[in-house]
Amino acid sequence: MSWSEKILRVDLGAGTCTSEPLNMEWAQDYMGQRGLATKYLVEETDPNVDPFSPDNKMIIATGPLTGTIAPTSGRWSVVCKSPLTGAIACSNSGGFFGGELKNAGWDMIIFEGKSDTPVYLDITNDKAELKDASDLWGKSVWETETTLRERRGDNDVRVASIGLAGENGVLYAAVVNDMDRAAGRSGVGAVMGSKNLKAMVVRGTVGVKVKDPMAMMKTSNTAKEILAENAITGEGLPTHGTQVLMNVINELGALPTRNGHDVQFEGAHDISAEAMAEPRESDGEANLVSNAACFNCPISCQRRSKIDPSHFTVKDKPEYQMVSGGLEYEAAWALGAACGVKDLDAVTYANFVCNEQGLDPITLGSTLGAAMDLYAAGAITSDDTGGHELTFGNTEVFVAMVDATAKGEGFGKELGQGSKRLCAKYGHPEFSMTVKGQEFPAYDPRAIQGMGLGYATSNRGACHLRAYTVSSEVLGIGGKTDPLVTEGKAGLVKAFQDLTAAVDSSGTCVFTTFALTGDDIAPMIDAACEGDWGVERLNEVGERIWNMERQYNIAAGFTGADDTLPERMLKDIAKTGSAKGSVNRLDEMLPEYYQVRGWDESGVPTQDTLSRLSL
Amino acid sequence: MHYVIIGAGPAAVAAAEKLRVLDEDGQITMIGSQAQQPYSRMAIPYYLTGKVEESGTYLRRSSDHFESHRIELVHGEATAVDAAGHKVILGDGSAMAYDKLLIATGAEPIIPPVAGMDDPRVQQCWHLEDAERIIELAKPGARAVQVGAGFIGCIILESWVLREVDLTVVEMGPRMVPRMLGEKAGNLLKTWCESKGVTVHTGTTVETIESTQNELNVVLNNGEAYPADVVIVSTGVKPNVGFLQDLDIKIDQGIEVDEFMQTSISDVYAAGDCAQGLDFSTGETAVHAVQPTATEHGRVAATNMATNNSFSYKGSLNMNILDTLGLVTSSFGAWEGVDGSDSAEIYNPDNYQYINLQFKDDVLVGANTVGYHAHLGVLRGLIESRVPLGVWKERLKKNPVGLMEAYIGVTQEVAGSA
Amino acid sequence: MLKALRMDSDTCTGCHQCEMMCSYGKVGAFNPAKSVMDVSLYNGGAVNIPSTCTQCEEAWCMVVCPVEAITINPTTGAKEISAEVCVGCKVCSIACPYGAINYDADSGVVTKCDLCGGEPMCVEACPTPALAFVDKDSTGYDRIWNHVTADLVDCDSTVRH
Ligand SMILES: Cc1cc2nc3c(=O)[nH]c(=O)nc-3n(C[C@H](O)[C@H](O)[C@H](O)COP(=O)(O)OP(=O)(O)OC[C@H]3O[C@@H](n4cnc5c(N)ncnc54)[C@H](O)[C@@H]3O)c2cc1C
Ligand code: SF4
Ligand code: SF4
Repeated sequence: MSWSEKILRVDLGAGTCTSEPLNMEWAQDYMGQRGLATKYLVEETDPNVDPFSPDNKMIIATGPLTGTIAPTSGRWSVVCKSPLTGAIACSNSGGFFGGELKNAGWDMIIFEGKSDTPVYLDITNDKAELKDASDLWGKSVWETETTLRERRGDNDVRVASIGLAGENGVLYAAVVNDMDRAAGRSGVGAVMGSKNLKAMVVRGTVGVKVKDPMAMMKTSNTAKEILAENAITGEGLPTHGTQVLMNVINELGALPTRNGHDVQFEGAHDISAEAMAEPRESDGEANLVSNAACFNCPISCQRRSKIDPSHFTVKDKPEYQMVSGGLEYEAAWALGAACGVKDLDAVTYANFVCNEQGLDPITLGSTLGAAMDLYAAGAITSDDTGGHELTFGNTEVFVAMVDATAKGEGFGKELGQGSKRLCAKYGHPEFSMTVKGQEFPAYDPRAIQGMGLGYATSNRGACHLRAYTVSSEVLGIGGKTDPLVTEGKAGLVKAFQDLTAAVDSSGTCVFTTFALTGDDIAPMIDAACEGDWGVERLNEVGERIWNMERQYNIAAGFTGADDTLPERMLKDIAKTGSAKGSVNRLDEMLPEYYQVRGWDESGVPTQDTLSRLSL
Repeated sequence: MHYVIIGAGPAAVAAAEKLRVLDEDGQITMIGSQAQQPYSRMAIPYYLTGKVEESGTYLRRSSDHFESHRIELVHGEATAVDAAGHKVILGDGSAMAYDKLLIATGAEPIIPPVAGMDDPRVQQCWHLEDAERIIELAKPGARAVQVGAGFIGCIILESWVLREVDLTVVEMGPRMVPRMLGEKAGNLLKTWCESKGVTVHTGTTVETIESTQNELNVVLNNGEAYPADVVIVSTGVKPNVGFLQDLDIKIDQGIEVDEFMQTSISDVYAAGDCAQGLDFSTGETAVHAVQPTATEHGRVAATNMATNNSFSYKGSLNMNILDTLGLVTSSFGAWEGVDGSDSAEIYNPDNYQYINLQFKDDVLVGANTVGYHAHLGVLRGLIESRVPLGVWKERLKKNPVGLMEAYIGVTQEVAGSA
Repeated sequence: MLKALRMDSDTCTGCHQCEMMCSYGKVGAFNPAKSVMDVSLYNGGAVNIPSTCTQCEEAWCMVVCPVEAITINPTTGAKEISAEVCVGCKVCSIACPYGAINYDADSGVVTKCDLCGGEPMCVEACPTPALAFVDKDSTGYDRIWNHVTADLVDCDSTVRH
């Protein structure tokens, strides 16, 4: 309790599924989900393994709180070595798949080897089997999920699958569950595809038990009350979703625009939460149909969107004229501002394609932005793009390129490699807005200094979800800090990184931390799980996980030199906004960060630190 | 007002209670010929497996239930009805006067005309007494042959398996439960039973049952023969109307009743397995011989007895649900379809799953299911309310599993796709 | 005053927290598969509809039960199943035209909403106004009932007590 204490090991080469006990000692040290799965990966694989080789493993993991009454308990993660970055990959998703897997009695699934032919994993409680997926190969996520649900004859099954992107080895392919929830980043979907694994379908009716049910109810209710009363989790996110940020960040001048050339986007309002809710001129309907929730989540930040059926993107494609997962802030930024596109329905369409074929919209948008930059610089021409004029803001071409990338056609194949490889190939590595090979998202490090440090030091390459200092630097949660100041950011970033690592390992959503502190979260874990779980322990587990990931990356060949930002963020000044005239001053923060982390000057954890964390 | 009810089964009890609600002061008498408290035949299978004791089969739990509702229970057998004199004649020769009479005497099993059926080791399974006999005969390891795989046969089948007898089933029809399940469903059920170690012969009849001191030998028309310690006969039922032979009352397959559940004789009503009442799906009359029809008959008849035929009944929907060794099958209404109907189907024999929905235009008229037990009641709701399915029909044709969604979708008018 | 569950699709976000608490109340574990409250998703999740037994007046399930396993709780008005008495014949599950009473193979008996004895846990769990425990006459059940009762045996609206 509240681990199922059971792992499903799937040998794709041999075609076998075996059950084995969860290592409960590790569970106490790494909790679940991100931490525990990474521990298994570290123990069982070589950090230098080719991400696409059968020797790379892919681990699907729930956390101890997944499937419990703790608010937002639908989270689950995919962990493997990333083909995009070569670093550790850990992608987190919501929806209903994770809760179902836990309810079927599994903490984790470890996929190893590679199947000769396409297969899917079919789970009903303790029964697990690999089945032939030849007929599903080549199908989208939407078709796959529908087909499997019908094949199982059970509308309550939950499915996670890859679309064409994962099959074709797009380096930022996602694993998508429940039609439009995704473990999106770092190319976990491509690893799944490399194993010839098309989908996982789960039905669970076993039930999840917790250590102290009464305490669980009480602590969860307290947490829910806090979430309900909080302006962000109780009001902002339900009403506007993460898109609540579009206008805020734009006004601040922290919205990286046209591949980071600008920090403000004249079309920001057009692609904002407010615009999503406004009736369109064309058909009088709003893009936003409603909000919706993941499993057991009181926040319900999901957007359900519908594109105007007469919009050029969908008018001949009825399959896109329905409601699907709408724009998150990061997706709207990437597919909008980063490419200079301000047509809301076009941006939504690109997002639907990401849902349908399993792509990370952040990397897709940022890569497209980089390609536009290459085009503007003359490094690529319409000869490369199949005749398309790939200029910033060219909506039709943008849409064509999104389609091409999803299907792996023409120039889309190159876009499918991500911006780092693309820009290197065409002679402008500096155009790639990446750290460790992964594109950074919607917060410009020149205007939010802490985010720069967060991107630079994130273990999975640039990412906002490893240390969301925006909370403090912009929203003022837990004490407002000045986004333009570097002082104190090292400690801030570390604190965020550690707590986030713990929350990501618990089975709940990091969005709760807008309202909940470790003091609110720890009691729920304590009520659910064996062992004593206080806030210090939570932070310690988070720090242990962070250092374990760091060690993995070091073993995989990363050094302190990789803790950096794209030149543009360090050298080209922000032209407008609150940070006008500034760059990111990473050099002022990084040494201090190493210090507070207990790492040496080259960014390697010291023996003391490792032994303090029992690593 | 004196209401007399002949019978003490579900139809009778439902009627008596309804009468009490509608007529505070009326006198209500229920005549039952069985030795026990009013009980449910439906519960007999669970008595056989030991899930419940005899008292667990009783229709009402508290010992003073009927008394407290001022329903007088008379133990006795009705031997005739004197309609002109408004009297029921009882086995002891006494007469009971009535103002309104309800006949709810149920049905009795048919024993097929096959030599050897009179051996005491050949048993029907209809009364509690039968169950007691069977419990003695069907000891673990005993060899049993069940003649008939109709719905009752399939329900009791489980009892034998749970009693660890070695079971062979012989069914005359082309598949199991032929009157309730279509070909795919009936055959799926057969495969399922076989996978559970039951031998099933369909399209086969029993020629003769030879008996020796030690065992029976059941000879089939396909030449095979099965030695047996016990034979259970479950080959259909006929209404219990023998005592009405001198009465000028219309009887076809059962006692014919109109939309008020009244027989061809005024002030005389009939309900339950003995009555041939309106069928919701066909508009004709039929004997359903199932529990839902019996209780509904009882309530409708009572309403009309107490209110001078104020309620015109649209007829009962023939429906049934069976659990055969863990596989749940169900049937509703016109599961075979009607003229010009079209259908939706899913068929996953590997998972023992099957759904067949029959539509007339965009109204659901019948259904068969195998392997599902969630929200089946909505099939009744959709059929009996005759609600137009609109866009949901196409959706159901694509995915018949989404029944609950379709049901809520139509009743709550949800637009968009599922 | 008898109270009943009001289920509102406009505000339901489909989070299934009601199912979590319901299953906990029913089987002592968080297991939506055992919940008698059901949330269905429509229109790509844009519409979510919670549904369960409306404790309808006709109580189709109760009148058809062969062994009186279903009775009315005099304080809450809920039709409650006695797991001890129920033999698992499932006839109630086809009799309820709302599909609100279901067989549970693990326990061998049927399950349905019993209003938790008067303090419904689903209402407790619901983070939105979608579920509320209100005056029996202000639930808006009519639109559900009308579809069915309009054509079924509506010879009475009074059940056995
Ligand atoms: C083993 C078994 C399993 C079944 N399972 C199911 C099932 O799962 N689902 C389903 O829907 N149905 C099932 N049925 C059928 C169901 O039990 C009947 O449809 C139902 O009992 C009919 O009710 P009734 O009141 O009309 O008749 P009965 O229940 O037969 O009651 C008739 C009553 O009349 C009395 N009686 C008869 N003649 C006289 C007389 N001359 N004088 C006085 N009293 C008399 C009898 O003693 C009895 O009390 C099953 C039946 C059996 C035998
Ligand atoms: S389960 Fe169905 S029939 Fe029974 S009270 Fe509830 S809604 Fe009515
Ligand atoms: S399943 Fe149980 S509650 Fe339902 S009718 Fe049968 S005995 Fe009664």
